[in-house]
Amino acid sequence: MTTSEKKISTGNSAKGFFGKLVSNQLFIPLAALLLLVIFNLIADPTFFKISLEPSSTGYYILSGNLISIIDNASELAILAIGMTLVTSASGGQDISVGSAIAIAGSVVLRIAKGYSAGISNGQFAGMIIGAFVLCVIVAALFGAFNGALVAFFKIQPMVATLILFTAGRSIAAWINNNENISINDTRFGYFGNFLPGIPIPTPVFISAACMIIIAIVLKVTNLRLYSQAVGINASSSRLNGINPKVIKLLTFIILGACVAVCGFIKVSRTSSITYAVIANNIEMDAILAVALGGNNLGGGKFNMTASILGAYVIQFLTTTLFKFKVSSSAISAYKAVVVILLIIMSAPVVRKWFSDLKNKRTAAKAQVRKEGA
Amino acid sequence: MEKDAVLEMRGICKYFPGVRALEQVDFTLREGEIHALMGENGAGKSTLIKVLTGVYPKDGGTVWLKGTGSAIHIKSPQDAQSHGIATVYQEITLCPNLTVAENMYIARTKGAFTNWKKINQDAGKLLDELGIPVNPAEQLGNCSIAVQQMVAIARAVDMDCKVLILDEPTSSLDEQEVQKLFKLMRDLKAKGVGIIFVTHFLEQVYEVCDRITVLRDGQLVGEYIIEELPRVQLVSKMLGKDFDDMAEIKSDADAEKVDYNGTPVYQAINLTGTTGIKPFDFEIHKGEVNGFTGLLGSGRSESVRAIFGADRVVGGKVMIDGKEVKIRKPLDAMKHGISYLPEDRKLDGIVGDLSVRDNIILALQVMKGFFKPFSRAQAEAFADEYIKLLNIKTASSDTPIKSLSGGNQQKVILARWLLANPVYLILDEPTRGIDVGTKVEIQKLVLKLAAEGKSVTFISSEIDEMIRTCSRLVVMRDGKVVGELKGNDLNQNKIMATIAGGESK
Amino acid sequence: MKKLVKLLVSSLLVAAMAIGVCACAGGGKSGGNKLIKVGIINNDPNESGYRTANDKDMKATFTEANGYSASFYYSLKNEEQIAAAQKFIQDDVDYLLISAAGTSGWDGVLEQAKKAGIKVILFDRTIDASEDLYEASIVSDMAKEGEQAVSWLASQNLSEYKIVHIQGVMGSSAQIGRSGALDTKVAAEANWSIVTQQTAEWSEETAQQITQAVIDSGETFNVIYAENDNMAKGAVAALDKANISHGVGKDVIVIGFDCNSWALEELLAGNWNYDGQCNPFQASYIDDIIKNGAKQKVVIMEEKGFDAATITKDDVTKYGI
Repeated sequence: MTTSEKKISTGNSAKGFFGKLVSNQLFIPLAALLLLVIFNLIADPTFFKISLEPSSTGYYILSGNLISIIDNASELAILAIGMTLVTSASGGQDISVGSAIAIAGSVVLRIAKGYSAGISNGQFAGMIIGAFVLCVIVAALFGAFNGALVAFFKIQPMVATLILFTAGRSIAAWINNNENISINDTRFGYFGNFLPGIPIPTPVFISAACMIIIAIVLKVTNLRLYSQAVGINASSSRLNGINPKVIKLLTFIILGACVAVCGFIKVSRTSSITYAVIANNIEMDAILAVALGGNNLGGGKFNMTASILGAYVIQFLTTTLFKFKVSSSAISAYKAVVVILLIIMSAPVVRKWFSDLKNKRTAAKAQVRKEGA
Repeated sequence: MEKDAVLEMRGICKYFPGVRALEQVDFTLREGEIHALMGENGAGKSTLIKVLTGVYPKDGGTVWLKGTGSAIHIKSPQDAQSHGIATVYQEITLCPNLTVAENMYIARTKGAFTNWKKINQDAGKLLDELGIPVNPAEQLGNCSIAVQQMVAIARAVDMDCKVLILDEPTSSLDEQEVQKLFKLMRDLKAKGVGIIFVTHFLEQVYEVCDRITVLRDGQLVGEYIIEELPRVQLVSKMLGKDFDDMAEIKSDADAEKVDYNGTPVYQAINLTGTTGIKPFDFEIHKGEVNGFTGLLGSGRSESVRAIFGADRVVGGKVMIDGKEVKIRKPLDAMKHGISYLPEDRKLDGIVGDLSVRDNIILALQVMKGFFKPFSRAQAEAFADEYIKLLNIKTASSDTPIKSLSGGNQQKVILARWLLANPVYLILDEPTRGIDVGTKVEIQKLVLKLAAEGKSVTFISSEIDEMIRTCSRLVVMRDGKVVGELKGNDLNQNKIMATIAGGESK
Repeated sequence: MKKLVKLLVSSLLVAAMAIGVCACAGGGKSGGNKLIKVGIINNDPNESGYRTANDKDMKATFTEANGYSASFYYSLKNEEQIAAAQKFIQDDVDYLLISAAGTSGWDGVLEQAKKAGIKVILFDRTIDASEDLYEASIVSDMAKEGEQAVSWLASQNLSEYKIVHIQGVMGSSAQIGRSGALDTKVAAEANWSIVTQQTAEWSEETAQQITQAVIDSGETFNVIYAENDNMAKGAVAALDKANISHGVGKDVIVIGFDCNSWALEELLAGNWNYDGQCNPFQASYIDDIIKNGAKQKVVIMEEKGFDAATITKDDVTKYGI
C-alpha cells in the first residue's frame, strides 16, 4: 500500500514540499481528518478524552470518541478495500454491499442459532469458524454473481448490482425464515465488541488484519497492476495477456469476502439481525470513502491507503455530528454539505487545477533560475 | 508587424509539469500563403496550435492579427473563431448524424427560428464554389472522410476565416482525396486565406507549401522559403543532426542470410479467423523481416491479429519450430515467444494512466505470472534500460505514458515487447503518426533485431518503408492473400500491381 | 470457465425467483360454498417484525377451519396493491381487507368494490377516501402509544428526567406519534430535559453510536426513550460497554416500543423498564366485524404498555411478536 506514496515522494524534485503534499493523493483525506480534529479541539477538547474503565462484563476497556470512531469505522474500512478494487477494475461501484452484508450476517446467525449457549469453548470456536467460512463462501458467490454480470454480460456495475441491492434483504430474511434471532451466548458478541481482558474493540483488530492481508496481497501479487491496467484500458490489457473478465470477476469476489467479514462483525455487534435495517446505506458510505480517497470512480489507478483513510473520515464526521447533537432533521443536510466540499476538493479536476497552478509557478521559477545562470 | 502578415506570434512560451513545451517561439503567417509547421513529435507543433486556438493559455509572448491594432488575447476556441482563426483537426469534430448543411451552420444561426431551406441553398452554393462534390442534405456520416474534412474546411471558410489551421488533414486520405484537398487549399490561398498546414508527409509539404517553419524541442529552428530548403536539410533541421540516408538502412541487413529451407519459426496452415479474412497459410523464418501489405481493410491487420490470437481463431494448424501448438488467446502466443504491437496505439497499445515503467514491464510481468510481481528495483532497472536503449524522451519512468508524445509512446510499447524477448515480433503500423526521426529509428531497430536472429513481421501503409525493411511481402486484397513478393519483385510498381490485381503473377 | 459462470448465474437467478415465489405463496384455495371469500392485500411481511407478526396473525385467523377462504397479496407499492384489489373484485370476493401502502388513489377501486357489493375493511393504515367506501378501519394510535409511555414515565416520579431520545425514521407515523408525546411533556415540565434527540432510523447500531457519543462526552442521563425495541437494544449495548446500570431500580430507565418477544424477555429479566405495544393483531377485530358487523367506522386497537415490574411470562408469549 505504500508504493504509490513512495512513488509520489520520489517524484519531481523541482516541486516544493507543499507541491508534493498537495499532489499526494492522501492529502485530501488527511486534510479532512485534520480539519475535523481541529474543529473538535476548538469546540470541545474533551472530545479526545480516552478512559480505561471496567465495562459491565467486569473487564477494563478503553472508551472515548476516538475509540468509538476507529471501532465503528471498521466495517466501512474493510468495505472500502473491496470497493476500491472493484472501482479500479470495473470502473463502477457495487451498490449491493449493504444487502449482501444482510445476507452474510443472516448466514452466520443461521448457523449460530442452532447451538446452545452451553457448548464448550472448543466447540464454540469450531462453530464460529464454520459459520464464518460459510458466510465468506456465500458472500463470495454473490460477489461472483455481480462480477459475472459485469464481466461476462458487460452490464454496468451499478445496474448489475441493483439486482442484489433490491433482492438481498429479502434473501437475508428468507435464509432465516424471517425470524427474529437473538444469540444469547456472550461469546458470540466477542467479535463485534470486546474479547475478555482486551481493552480494544475486536473490530479494530479484524479491520487491521484485513488491511494487512490486502497489503500483503498487493505486495505478492500483481492485483494492483492488473486491475489498474484493466480499468484503464481493457482492450490493451487483453493484448498483453491479461484476461480482463477474470480480473473484474476477481475484484468482485474479493469485495464479497470483505462483505462477509463486515456481515460477521455486524451481527456479532448486536448478536441479532434486523434484515431491513442492518448496514443500511453503507454502500453509499463505502463509495464515498473511495471518492474521498481521491480515487477516480471511473476506474484505473487507485490508492488503497487513501480509500481506507476516507472511511475513517466519514466515521469521524458521523461521530462528530452525533456528539454535537445536530438535530435529527438536519443531520443529513450537514453531512451532505461536508461531503460535497470534500468530494469537490478531492475531484481529479480540482486536484489537477491545484497541481497545474503549482507547476506553472515551479516552471516559471525554473525559468528565472535558468536565465539567471 | 510585417505588412502582408495576417498573423504574428512573438516569443510564445508554454510550460507543462517538468516540460518547457514552447520557449520563445516566433511564427509569422502571410496573406495567401500555405505555411508548413514542421517538427518531430513533441517538438511543440500541437502546443503552438493549441495556444493559437485558445485551447491552452500561453505563459508568455504576444499574438497580433491583421486588422487589430494591439496584441490580442485568445481565451478560448470560440474566441479564436470569432477572431477568424479556424481549425480543422485530424479527427473530424463535426456531428456525423447531422446533414452536411446542418454541420456547416450549427451553432451559428441567430434567433430561435432557422430557415433550413435557405441554409441548404447557401451551403450548396458554397460547396459548389469550393468544388466540393457533396449534396448539402446528405448525412455527414455517409460521406467519405475526405469529404467530411472538406466540409469542415467549408464551414471554416464560410465563417470568414483569415487563418485556417489544418492539423494532419491528410493522414486518413488516399492519394486522390489528397489531391482534391490540395486543390481546395490552393483555391483558398488564391482568395487570400493564410493556411497553416501541419503534416508528417514531406512530399506533401513540397507539393503544396510556400514556406516552412521548423520547431525542435519547443524552440524555433527557423523559417524557410520552400525553394531554399532541400528535403534532406529539412529533415536534418527537424532532427537536429545529419540525416542518415534512409536508403542506406537496408545495407546492413542481409536477406541472403535467411535460411528459407529450414524449419519456420512460425508456420500457420489454413488459419481461420472470425474477422472476415479467408483462411490463409503463412510462415516466417529465423532472421527474416516479412511484411503484410494491401489497402486499408484488405485484412492485413486481421491476419496478424489471428496469428497473435487477438481475435478468435476457429480453425487451422499452427506450428512453432515445427511443433504443433494451440494459440487461442494473446497469452498463448506470448508464451510461445510471439509479440504483437497493435495497429491502434491509443486503443490497444498504451495503458494511459499507468507509468512508463508499468507500461514497459506489463507484457513480461503478465508472462511471469500473477503471483510473481517484479520487485520495484527490478522493474525500474528494466524501465531505465529500455528508456536508454530506445532513447525514450520522458521526465522519468514514473511519468504516465499518456503525457508522452506519440512517437515516444510507440517506443514504450516497443520496449514492452522487446523486454518480453520474443522470437517472433509482429509490428502493425509501428511508424504511423510518428515523426521522421523515430520512424527511421524503428526501421533500423527492426533490421537490427532480424540480424540478431529474431523474426519480424512489419506492417506499414507507406510502401517505401516496407520496401526498405522487408525481404518478403505478403500482399492481401479483400481478406485474401493474393501474392507474395521477394527479391527483385520488391519494388513499388510490382507491389502496386499486385495490390490492384490484374496481370501480375 | 464461461459455462461455469453462466451456470452459476442462472442458478442464482432461479434461487432469487424461488424467493419471489415464496413471498407470493399462500394464495388461498377456492373455497367451498359456505366459506367467506376474503382478499387480503398487505405489505411485504419481510418489511419488519411487526409486519411478519401481522401476516402470521392474518394467516392464522382466516383459515378454512374458521370459515374463510383467503387469498393474499403482498406489495410495498400502492399501484400494485390497487391492481391486486381490482383482480380480487373480479374474482368476486366477499370482503376486501387492505393495509394500504399509500394513502391516496384508492377511491376508484373502492367504488368498484362498493358497486360489486364487496365490503372493504382497512387495517393498520388509513387512506384518504370517503368513509362511505369502507366498512371499518382498524388502526393503531401511535400518539396514544407515546402518551401511554410518557405517562408511565411520569408516574415513576423521578426528581429529574434527563432523557436520551432516539428517534425512528423521521416523518414516519410511528416516529411522529411517539416523539410528539415526549416533546409535549418535556416542553411542559421544568424537571424534564432532553440530553440528546437524534434519529437512528430504526437501526440498532446507529442507536448504539448515538448513545456512545453521549457517554463519551461525559454527560449524565437517566432515561433512554427509544422509539423501537432495536434502537433500545443498541442504546443498552452502549450502556453495558460503559458499565452504566439500567433496568428496574437501576441508574437508567430503558423504554422501547413494539413488544418484540426478546424485548419482553428483557423486561421480564428487569433489564429494561417499559415496552409500548404496537398491536399487529388486527385479525380478531376484522373477524369480529365480518361476523358481527361494524359498530364504528374507526376502530382504535387496544394497545398495552408493559411495565417490567408487572409483566408476566404469559404476557411474553401472548403479546410478543
